[in-house]
Amino acid sequence: MNDWINLHALWQIVVIGLLAGAGLPALFAVGLRALSLPGGGGAAAAATAGAEDDDDRVIGGSTLGLAVAVLCFAVVLAAVGWGIYLIVAAT
Amino acid sequence: MGNDTLLALVVVTALAFDFTNGFHDTGNAMATSIATGALGPRTAVALSGALNLVGAFLSLSVAATIASGLVATNLVTLTVVFAGLAGGIIWNLLTWFLGIPSSSSHALIGGVVGSTIAAAGGHAVKWHGLFQKVIIPAGLSPVIAGLVAATGTWLVYRISRGVHPKARSHGFRIGQIGSASMVSLAHGTNDAQKTMGIITLALIANGSLHSGAKAPFWVILSCAIAIALGTYMGGWRVIRTLGKGLVEIESPQGMAAESSSAAIILLSSHFGYSLSTTHVATGSILGTGVGKKGAEVRWNVAGRMAVAWLFTLPAAGLVGAGAYGLAHVIGGNFGIVVVLVLLLAVAGLIYVRSRRTAVSHNNVNAEWTGTVAPPTEAPKEVAAV
Repeated sequence: MNDWINLHALWQIVVIGLLAGAGLPALFAVGLRALSLPGGGGAAAAATAGAEDDDDRVIGGSTLGLAVAVLCFAVVLAAVGWGIYLIVAAT
Repeated sequence: MGNDTLLALVVVTALAFDFTNGFHDTGNAMATSIATGALGPRTAVALSGALNLVGAFLSLSVAATIASGLVATNLVTLTVVFAGLAGGIIWNLLTWFLGIPSSSSHALIGGVVGSTIAAAGGHAVKWHGLFQKVIIPAGLSPVIAGLVAATGTWLVYRISRGVHPKARSHGFRIGQIGSASMVSLAHGTNDAQKTMGIITLALIANGSLHSGAKAPFWVILSCAIAIALGTYMGGWRVIRTLGKGLVEIESPQGMAAESSSAAIILLSSHFGYSLSTTHVATGSILGTGVGKKGAEVRWNVAGRMAVAWLFTLPAAGLVGAGAYGLAHVIGGNFGIVVVLVLLLAVAGLIYVRSRRTAVSHNNVNAEWTGTVAPPTEAPKEVAAV
């Protein structure tokens, strides 16, 4: 069987594939959620957001949320950059 | 016809294949972004074309692998390469016309293997390599990509539950630009290499390069430009099937699908599998349909594709073998000219038929009604050539 399928490569493709292919968009989602947290106004901000159903603003206004979001997006970008570096370095 | 003329003909035909590879595969990277509106159709194909160009230069791993690992190179002549390319081009055009995202890599490999068998017999094919490097990965890769995409989709929807749907959709549309760009880049590093490999093989067969030589710079440059131009043309028929036909896609799903495709393609090439970007992208899109609760997956469209995948290697092989047989029976330069004329005629015919039911950047996102374009008559007679 191993002569036909390289199991060593296969499990790595599955595991790293899950980390990068599913983990990075999940991290992006975490960033997006943090970014959209309403700012200090709390109830008032939430009420305005609810009233305007057409509101597609991504940034909610919370400072902590913004910081977490920036961190998440930075990790995603770094992972992508690292991936490209690995490909170029392999040649 | 001198050897140099024949070599030039093979190079031009290979670049023509590269071009069809480009527009056949635009959808792999951009279909979901176009479907969700993350990028305008024309912006999407321009971005994808540019990144394919960059990608072709990014990874210059041994381009001849695709051919040297599959057939005995010492038995390959220019006529064999030419006939194989003819098989690949015809199958690519036919599946594009029908809007089926079949594998360009399989079309190329099938065509070359077919013409090699016709020229030198079955022993000239490295069957173990063919199964290990092409057929088994072809079966596994869509499943793995689907699994990753389904996981990603589930996670993304669960995490972003609390975000206002409009803001979520907006945010993921921005993310999609990044993930789709990665798929385009990955495509350039993979598929442009395959044509570079074929041209290098032809140069070796002609004695212009010594065996084991790397692709010369003009080969890399011309292949990069050909695939970028092809991508820019936009294979709107295939884009439509992938973006609208399989699953109705929202931007979080689109980003999950593209991330999964990019990760699997780049990882697999890292381990030396030249797998089909098309199979991976399709698997990912199906996965996002499975991973989102209540999403409609059109399994009949998926089934039609799977059938086309099974047929791609043997069908392109048959055309390749037929093209070689014809050139061989007629003999000499005249035989090659006859194959060339037939190839141009078939390509022209498919192009003319495609104009009748054109799919373009204007109607690519139209509601899916079960067909790629308004009623088409099955062009089965074309396949017989």
